[in-house]
Amino acid sequence: MIDRLFNWMDDRLAISRGGRHLLNKIFPDHWSFMLGEIALYSFIVLLLTGIFLTLYFVPSEATTIYHGSYRPLDGAHVSEAFASTVNLSFAVRGGLLVRQMHHWAANIFVGSIVVHMLRVFFTGAFRRPREVNWIIGANLLILAIFNGFLGYSLPDDLVSGTGIRIAFSILESVPIVGSYLAFFLFGGLYPGNGAIIPRFFIIHVLILPLIILGLLGAHLGLLVRHKHTQFKQPGAREDNVVGTPLWPTFMTKTLGFFFLTTGVTALLGALVQINPIWQYGQYYPWKVSYAVQPDWYMGWLDGALRVMPSWEIHFPGHMIPNAFFPGVLLPGVTFTVIMLWPFLEAKLTGENVREHHLLDRPRDRPVRTATGAAVFAFYFVLFGASSTDVLANYLSITLNTVLWSFRIAAIVVPIVVWPIAYKICKELQGTPNAGKRKVHNIVVRDADGGYRTIPAEEYPGYVGAELEPLDVEKIEVLTAAGKVVEPGVYEIPRDYR
Amino acid sequence: MSDEHGNGVPVNLSPGGRPLEQRAPHGAPEQRVQVDLSAPQFQVAAKNPKRAERTTLVLFLLALVGFAGFGAAYTQNAGDFWLGISMALGMLMFGLGVASWGMFLMPRGPFEEPRAPMQTTPDEKRLFLGDFESRGKVAIERRGFLAKAMGAAAAVLGIVAAFPLIRSLGPLPKKSLYTTKWRKGSYVTDINNRRMKVSDLDVGSFVTVFPQDDVGGAISQTVLLHPQTTDIVTMKGRETWAPQGFIAFSKVCTHAGCPVGLYEQATEQLLCPCHQSLFDIYAGAEPVFGPAPRPLPQLPLYIDSRGYIRAQAGYDEPVGPGFWERGGTT
Repeated sequence: MIDRLFNWMDDRLAISRGGRHLLNKIFPDHWSFMLGEIALYSFIVLLLTGIFLTLYFVPSEATTIYHGSYRPLDGAHVSEAFASTVNLSFAVRGGLLVRQMHHWAANIFVGSIVVHMLRVFFTGAFRRPREVNWIIGANLLILAIFNGFLGYSLPDDLVSGTGIRIAFSILESVPIVGSYLAFFLFGGLYPGNGAIIPRFFIIHVLILPLIILGLLGAHLGLLVRHKHTQFKQPGAREDNVVGTPLWPTFMTKTLGFFFLTTGVTALLGALVQINPIWQYGQYYPWKVSYAVQPDWYMGWLDGALRVMPSWEIHFPGHMIPNAFFPGVLLPGVTFTVIMLWPFLEAKLTGENVREHHLLDRPRDRPVRTATGAAVFAFYFVLFGASSTDVLANYLSITLNTVLWSFRIAAIVVPIVVWPIAYKICKELQGTPNAGKRKVHNIVVRDADGGYRTIPAEEYPGYVGAELEPLDVEKIEVLTAAGKVVEPGVYEIPRDYR
Repeated sequence: MSDEHGNGVPVNLSPGGRPLEQRAPHGAPEQRVQVDLSAPQFQVAAKNPKRAERTTLVLFLLALVGFAGFGAAYTQNAGDFWLGISMALGMLMFGLGVASWGMFLMPRGPFEEPRAPMQTTPDEKRLFLGDFESRGKVAIERRGFLAKAMGAAAAVLGIVAAFPLIRSLGPLPKKSLYTTKWRKGSYVTDINNRRMKVSDLDVGSFVTVFPQDDVGGAISQTVLLHPQTTDIVTMKGRETWAPQGFIAFSKVCTHAGCPVGLYEQATEQLLCPCHQSLFDIYAGAEPVFGPAPRPLPQLPLYIDSRGYIRAQAGYDEPVGPGFWERGGTT
């Protein structure tokens, strides 16, 4: 039956022509290659949980009176968006779980993209011929951040509403076209005429996800075309890929990993509360809450808004507002430099002449590694600065002290991190087996009473790396009797484990 | 197509007149490597396959329990906690099971595949560009006027798409960023539509107010403070703006537009909770700390004969954060 179905399909789609190469596609083994998979799988979790949420969420700013199962809000004047979010959290079976899974998956999605990007950066996987895929990846990060912010804004609660107000101000701060941009996106002067939530909704659930899906397709398509990068190890060369084939080894591993990602998200959704909007209450433009923090991936921008000195540029008839520098210029410069980095590095090192498929160990590129570490430290300081008020309160010191500490740290920390990272790289270079899995030594006493040590058996998965890789395209499997095995009809020998 | 090579084999000619590169037929027999199933690369990765099998089996059974538990929790409406825990158990055990099958019970390898450089050969480039250019020249250069007409039509489509479509997404800003609903004589009104009288606000208190025709307005929102009982003069030219110690400032922060919602009575300062800008009330809400670049605009007040607090006029500058057209004044 399956044979007939396959034949029918194959005669029309020519699956077996090209399909064999796909089955044989080799995936190198390294834990750091799973980071991108986390991003991919949390995106699938986002799609699935998101579809569930759209069934119950009402994207409207129209006022309604809440009469749901959450008693403290009974009789409150709230928007349809807020009421339906509370309702889907409390009145829909499994609704709160799915909502919290969605929010957690979004945080994991952006987080895994960032860590994946750091891996690609520090190992030099962005070099020729993969510059285009690096740029696509950077755009995916931008879109993920934007879409996270939009989704966070949809429940129309007090905390996210304040974030929308700040977003309007940042958009408004763009020179020349800023006020037009803000008016066209929000449908008028803030807070618009009820257009924000419906517009953010359709951008969040349709427009950006479609663009993300398209770019994701291109990202993975290029990955297949370029084939994977790999670390230098026995048997790995620039002109081959060593690892496990897609079918069946990688397929099972990665399928398992998808379920693990989903499982962790479900665990977080069940155990760790996130964004309890019923505690924040409905957003009103004149209300505000203490300790207003965005989701973590907006933290660096929020921190930048806080540490920015109170400068503006004024000239006759026009001005560049304060919020422009941390809110528009900083992310603009950040992502421009990220996207141009492969070309900058190639220019500086003169290494754009050839393709690179073997990865660098970060220690072997001390300048790149130190630069990456210093830049990352800068953004980490900004991220920390988004909690100035909470820190001042928690540590019982003045806001003034906290703010100035962060202003100074934003400049000093990267300067300190660079030489430290550089030095660590140099030290590691001089230590031959640093970071390698250690093999135990067993002390043996022999018959004459002498002692000697022998290395223990190596970890099973590790042994493979010492063997000669077999070319999957060329293997012809033989039976135990040395006969060529006919594809599809061979029996597994009895002694095969 | 005529046979120009005289060897009887029809040759595929590209329009550039060059023969297409001969490709090896797909799946042609290559050098094969004969391997016995007993080769070490085909051995499973686990040192003890029986144990790996048992572990994987237990994981799948636990997954089964988890998923069944999820079904039970859902039908019994057991709440989000149990739904989440059972789903997580199922997913995690299922994932571990599948992954351990893949990691321990499959050929340990390594396997390899060849990788051709991405760099194309000069021949490949020449053939591709030859096809592209030769056909393109025939198609476009001979009829350049058509290309121009097509370009003109497309340009109009582009302009039309940009102008009426994007333009209709919202109104033009015009003067709306410069004004609020505060007018000469506006009553200072709280969120419950109560018109504020001098007797309504004790010394040291603070209330959010609006003009009576824009209660709840995001742009008109204003803070009314009463730090003392005598007139406050924040700066020259504002001698009459804060009669009997009633003083009002725009509540929209000049930094990023958040409501300046905290009043520190001890220091007579207003604090914006979003990015911690501090404004000195007695200095005309001059920013003294944080990123806010400009003072909060002050609303000139007067007290009418019946004791109502009212606006002498609207704000004399745009409220809230800056924008390009706002001009150079501070």
